[in-house]
Amino acid sequence: MSDIDIEVGLKNVFDRYQGATNELIPILQDTQETFGYLPEEAMKGIAQFISVPESHVYGVATFYEQFYFTRRGKHQIKVCYGTACHVKGATRVVETFERELGISHGETTEDYEYTLERVACVGACALAPVVVVGKKVYGDVAPGKVKKILGKD
Amino acid sequence: MQVSSPGHLAEIKEICKKAFERQKSRFLVCAGTGCVLGGAMEVYEEFQRLLKERGCTVDVELFFEGQETEAGAGISGCHGFCQKGPLVRVEPKGVFYNHVQPNDVADIITASLDQDAVVERLLYQNPDGSRSVTEDDVPFYVNQQRVVLAHCGHINPEDIREYIAIGGYQALADALSKYTQEQVIEIVTKSGLRGRGGAGFPAGVKWASALKASGEPKYVVCNGDEGDPGAFMDRSLLEGDPHAVLEGMAIAAYATGARYGYIYVRAEYPLAVERLKIAIDQAKEYKVLGEDIMGTGFSFDINIFQGAGAFVCGESTALVRSIEGFRGMPKVLPRPRTTEVGIADKPTLLNNVKTFGYIPQILTRGADWFASMGTENNTGTAVFALTGKIVNSGLIEIPMGITLREIIFDVGGGISSGEEFKAVQTGGPSGGCLPNELLDMRVDYDSLVSVGAMMGSGGMVVVDQSTCMVDVARYFLEFTVNESCGQCAPCRVGTHQMLKILEDITQGRGKPSDLDLLEDLGKAIVKGSICGLGNTAPNPVLSSLRFFRSEYEAHIHAQSCPALYCKEFIAYYIDPNRCVEPCHLCQEACPTGAISARWRKTPEITQDKCIKCGICIDVCPGNYRAIIKVTGQQRLNLLEMGRPGRR
Repeated sequence: MSDIDIEVGLKNVFDRYQGATNELIPILQDTQETFGYLPEEAMKGIAQFISVPESHVYGVATFYEQFYFTRRGKHQIKVCYGTACHVKGATRVVETFERELGISHGETTEDYEYTLERVACVGACALAPVVVVGKKVYGDVAPGKVKKILGKD
Repeated sequence: MQVSSPGHLAEIKEICKKAFERQKSRFLVCAGTGCVLGGAMEVYEEFQRLLKERGCTVDVELFFEGQETEAGAGISGCHGFCQKGPLVRVEPKGVFYNHVQPNDVADIITASLDQDAVVERLLYQNPDGSRSVTEDDVPFYVNQQRVVLAHCGHINPEDIREYIAIGGYQALADALSKYTQEQVIEIVTKSGLRGRGGAGFPAGVKWASALKASGEPKYVVCNGDEGDPGAFMDRSLLEGDPHAVLEGMAIAAYATGARYGYIYVRAEYPLAVERLKIAIDQAKEYKVLGEDIMGTGFSFDINIFQGAGAFVCGESTALVRSIEGFRGMPKVLPRPRTTEVGIADKPTLLNNVKTFGYIPQILTRGADWFASMGTENNTGTAVFALTGKIVNSGLIEIPMGITLREIIFDVGGGISSGEEFKAVQTGGPSGGCLPNELLDMRVDYDSLVSVGAMMGSGGMVVVDQSTCMVDVARYFLEFTVNESCGQCAPCRVGTHQMLKILEDITQGRGKPSDLDLLEDLGKAIVKGSICGLGNTAPNPVLSSLRFFRSEYEAHIHAQSCPALYCKEFIAYYIDPNRCVEPCHLCQEACPTGAISARWRKTPEITQDKCIKCGICIDVCPGNYRAIIKVTGQQRLNLLEMGRPGRR
């Protein structure tokens, strides 16, 4: 990602804010929305914008699950491992995805096509086990359905 | 239309009510997260398309201009019965259709408008085979008492006029014009409402402290960080009836003298965030929120703050830190209450989504009405998310004090796998398990605490014999370890150690001394942690040790997992007595080639290649069910001799 992209992207984000310290989390969220993750250059820019040390920005960003510091795959597969999903076999679903994609959860495939993650409760418990791919939500997912979900993608 | 005074609201209500009544009937398609994923929006579009073809007016604005129609279509919030979605409700009768797809729409329209009939195949099917026609007949709802969830599924959450038409914002109008701040608090106190976030602190007492606290400006915060995995009540309420929450917050702001509000919503709930934004904009447009509300001079603004993914931010001081732009680390004790020192060190009233949701009805229907439901110190209703191995899975609202048996079997319809009830996990990672012995227990805050469980925010996950209680304890600890903020040693180090011990037990390295060690550690963590996350983290473990100690012992002493779940203790076996006509499906499906056989001979599993993924059991035809899991001595026999031996 070239510096110009970062600058332009950041400017778009900063235009919506005053630069107060309590805006940090929404700013991080908008920045990630813009770039798909939080690039190092962006973190520097944010620190300058709200006048705090870079370590403070990293300190806050690394505390929260939502923020990523490396590029994600084109398709983000999130397998819910909330209680209802766990009880209904989410572990097997995760293992099946891991086998099919050749990566562990938390990792991205080498070609940056897929990122596999576990998330802790999407709130669709009646349809457990649940898998979210991008904006699409799949319910009642059994290991047998995994290939279809990947193929469909 | 702006509400220019509290008295003016009644007039606007009449206008809205009359407009909506110009629809002789209405098809209400549920657009909660669960139904939307099942295709609800396509169903809704199909209704609109076919109704238009029929010459029906579907544009709501035209009703406000005086046009009438035979039938209209709309979207609603979550009914709480997501398993049967997409759901469609036909008004005025309340006919309730399940699993509706776009190609069912034509039949529904014909039946409702031309034949005064119903489409049988889409009605809810009762266990005895008969069908329930209306939503009120469905067994899942019959035993419920929907108060805070009353409007969910019955109104369009994206149109404030529907909320006003059913009496919305009247409670706020009354509070502003008829009651003093103290009188409002008196009503809330008298109702006995306890915070629905889980701890059950009396709402009236909290509000009184917030009013007394000094400092300006004051804040009102709605905690929608529903982090308990398995809980989605707050999501449904925010998606389905956001105005009830806004109105509740505005009343709280008036009562405590607050000027600004925040709704803290998890980022994982994008639909809730969207519906709230729409609701807030409309509320400001109608002057029931924002500057000079209803012309009374009282101003209150609400902003949405999206959580960034941290369970610990459900704790009030951590939530405040998060809003202020910091790591969500709870404040160290001793510390003043958030009510006195909160956002920017100002008084901050923090309550759960549902707590605010009850407020408007408590004001309009009265404190006595609310107190007449439930039990003595646990008044009103409670909302639970009943999930797991249960027939009727979804959100249930029931009067406090109903028994667990009634919840599981009457409302829930019993165990989905047909197996025996084993336990229900309540309160998420802070809660405990309730086994068979406790089925006749009355469910309320105090009873649950007395058995080492906790109401928590209301998640109830039902498990059957195939769920390993040791694994469930391990699962919750894994969650807690990830979510611990790390500040205090008892939680940071203690939960980590407990997790390691549980991993040892479930993976074959357990020692007899581990059980006492777990109990000791648990007690230390409970006492030593500085916040609710830490001091409830050991609950699932301690609770399962109390009621299911034999399972732990089986893992440690007998190399056995009675639930046939823990991989280290199970082996898969193809029973030649059941595999009477070898079809070889398992062999084809096995991802590691662990199953081999000569043609038409019973396949065999090579144990050291088997990764216990379970796919072979999935594909084995139902009339054979030839593949079984064995544990304990049978597994040892199998590994040594090639067969499990006597059962």
